[in-house]
Amino acid sequence: MSLGRRDFMKTLGLVSATLTFGKAKAEQHKNNVEFHGILYDSTRCIGCQSCEFACAEVHNLPEPEDMPEAGVVRKTSEHSRIVINAFDTTKGEVYARQSCMHCNQPACDAACLTQAMHKTEEGPVIWRGDKCMGCRYCMVSCPFEIPKFEYHSANPKIEKCTMCYERIEEGKLPACVENCPAEALMFGTRRELLKEARKRIVENPDLYYDHIYGEQEAGGTGLLCLSPVPFNELGFKTNLQNSSYPELSKGFLYSVPSVFVLWPALLLGIHEATKNNNLKEEENE
Amino acid sequence: MSNTAVYPVSVNNNGKSIWSFLRSEMKPKGKIFTPFNIISFPIMILGLVLIVIRFWKGIGSITNLTQEVPWGLWIGFDVVTGVAFAGGAYVLTFMVYILNMKKYHSLVKVTVLNGFLAYLFYAGALLLDLGRPWHVINPIIGNNFGTSSVLFLVAWHFLLYMIAELIEFSPTIAEWLGARRARKILSSMTLAAVIFGITLSTLHQSGLGALFLMAKEKIHPLWYSEFIPILFFVSSIFAGLSMVIFEGSITNRVFSNQLTEKSHKEHDRILHGLAKICAGTMFAYFFLKVLVFIHGQHWNLINTGYGYWYLLEMIGFVLLPMMLFFYSYRKNNITMIKIASILTLLGIILNRLNISVIGFKWDAAVHYVPSWMEIAVTLAVIFTEIWIFRWVIRRMPVLRESPSWVNEEK
Repeated sequence: MSLGRRDFMKTLGLVSATLTFGKAKAEQHKNNVEFHGILYDSTRCIGCQSCEFACAEVHNLPEPEDMPEAGVVRKTSEHSRIVINAFDTTKGEVYARQSCMHCNQPACDAACLTQAMHKTEEGPVIWRGDKCMGCRYCMVSCPFEIPKFEYHSANPKIEKCTMCYERIEEGKLPACVENCPAEALMFGTRRELLKEARKRIVENPDLYYDHIYGEQEAGGTGLLCLSPVPFNELGFKTNLQNSSYPELSKGFLYSVPSVFVLWPALLLGIHEATKNNNLKEEENE
Repeated sequence: MSNTAVYPVSVNNNGKSIWSFLRSEMKPKGKIFTPFNIISFPIMILGLVLIVIRFWKGIGSITNLTQEVPWGLWIGFDVVTGVAFAGGAYVLTFMVYILNMKKYHSLVKVTVLNGFLAYLFYAGALLLDLGRPWHVINPIIGNNFGTSSVLFLVAWHFLLYMIAELIEFSPTIAEWLGARRARKILSSMTLAAVIFGITLSTLHQSGLGALFLMAKEKIHPLWYSEFIPILFFVSSIFAGLSMVIFEGSITNRVFSNQLTEKSHKEHDRILHGLAKICAGTMFAYFFLKVLVFIHGQHWNLINTGYGYWYLLEMIGFVLLPMMLFFYSYRKNNITMIKIASILTLLGIILNRLNISVIGFKWDAAVHYVPSWMEIAVTLAVIFTEIWIFRWVIRRMPVLRESPSWVNEEK
């Protein structure tokens, strides 16, 4: 899906003189790789925080000290990549997960000027410390406000869920999925997960609210969520656009090569035209 | 004179070698205990201490930035506003070298110097805001090109534009060093640098606005629009020129000994012309803003706190200074032109901060307010820039006329 943008960027690379060095790479595609994701079913979630503890352990983060409590919104931070919150809803207390959505076309990836934020071919969006310069533009751009920054470190990292990319590469499940005792989490290709989510809604229309959060939001995400109640009751952002966020700055980026080619020619033309005209003093632009 | 051929740098330094000349130029000229120095020096030292703390304990130790508002004063004011203020250089070089409006030529050198220093310092201040500044070369050296990022474009443009401005200014440096041949070569590159510089400026002035396009839901709807890049570009024209007017009035007073009687008189005529251009571009900008507002259908938001704030920006700091510029142009009232330029600059500060800081996450429970330490560092950066500016003005022929050999060679 992000091919359109990549193609354009390759063209851009050819056009603007500044980019002439770095393009050779890029071409090695592993084909037949599909985006993977996680399906989170909040009707099954029992709020036990097993996922939080497993995540903290795998990624060497401090263990969570607080518990989900209705009325209190806990947030992911530089110390926790995933949180479970409790909400008082029209259908009683319901739990909801908050973590990186692993967008199909992530704003953070498009925002990153060093490719530190990176959408892998397998689907997880990962952060690479050896590239990141800590500008925090990913945080400005992410509509879900997921990347978190270590403000109190001299060598700060960006902390966010990576869908346990290293574990996936080894053929293991993400830690949260593996440790969920309630089968509220499911890992698979995004296509399978969507199918499964639809099946659950169809088979149990009374239990589920008829919407898969992440199917359309922000152009589609890797984390898909099911809920018994409308998603705004669970603190999900429901004001997001359905097209991808990189789409928003695409128009501007598209205009760059044209300005680069046309402007100098135009300016030189005007310069030649006004060259011998010294009487133009009172003219404004 | 065979010496000149071997060493491009020489001549006119009373026979001194280039090194002893440079050493003598390093010494301070002018009084040391001036009110400006007494105020600015402690702040610069304080800023330096704070910067050390920042690199030792992390950005959070001296800033109030949060996970929700990751860009604060250092980006919103130093970079986004500062670069708009530095827009005067590309506008003036456009007028003088492209449109051949010779009348403004005397202002070019000082404006380009100001622009160059502004980029050097305000974009340099960006390094303080980077969490991992040792990776700042990654987008430049080519193994990690994030080409789909607007920030990638902006970063490259900052770098290239600084080089372009340095080339534009370099003949003056050559005049200072008495390097005739170098001056000739460097000034032959001016037009190319100007054209390149204007192209870069068009793109990164608007690019700074485009940075915020992806933060669609985070910026207050009265300020977010898909036209932010165009609005940023248009407003950088009169922001830059207002800065030229404002700064020019100060430098002309402070360094009046550098100027001849003639150039003092000429300066008023120049301001008069600039007022007209400011009024014109501000009208275009205001018109665009009104179109964007009507198109956005945000009438319902006007009767809120942010609505009044928006109206204050639009009427008090765009419409009012625009009319002042018009009026003072008609009446040829120089004082009023200066007042209008100050109002315009305040309006630009308001506008840039409203998008990048004040209206950013306007609905968050806790608002970001810069800490006194962030403000102190910002002031330290500005003062350091002024010190360097003063150092250059006192030595190089920026405000005063070029040495006589320059005209002889033409």
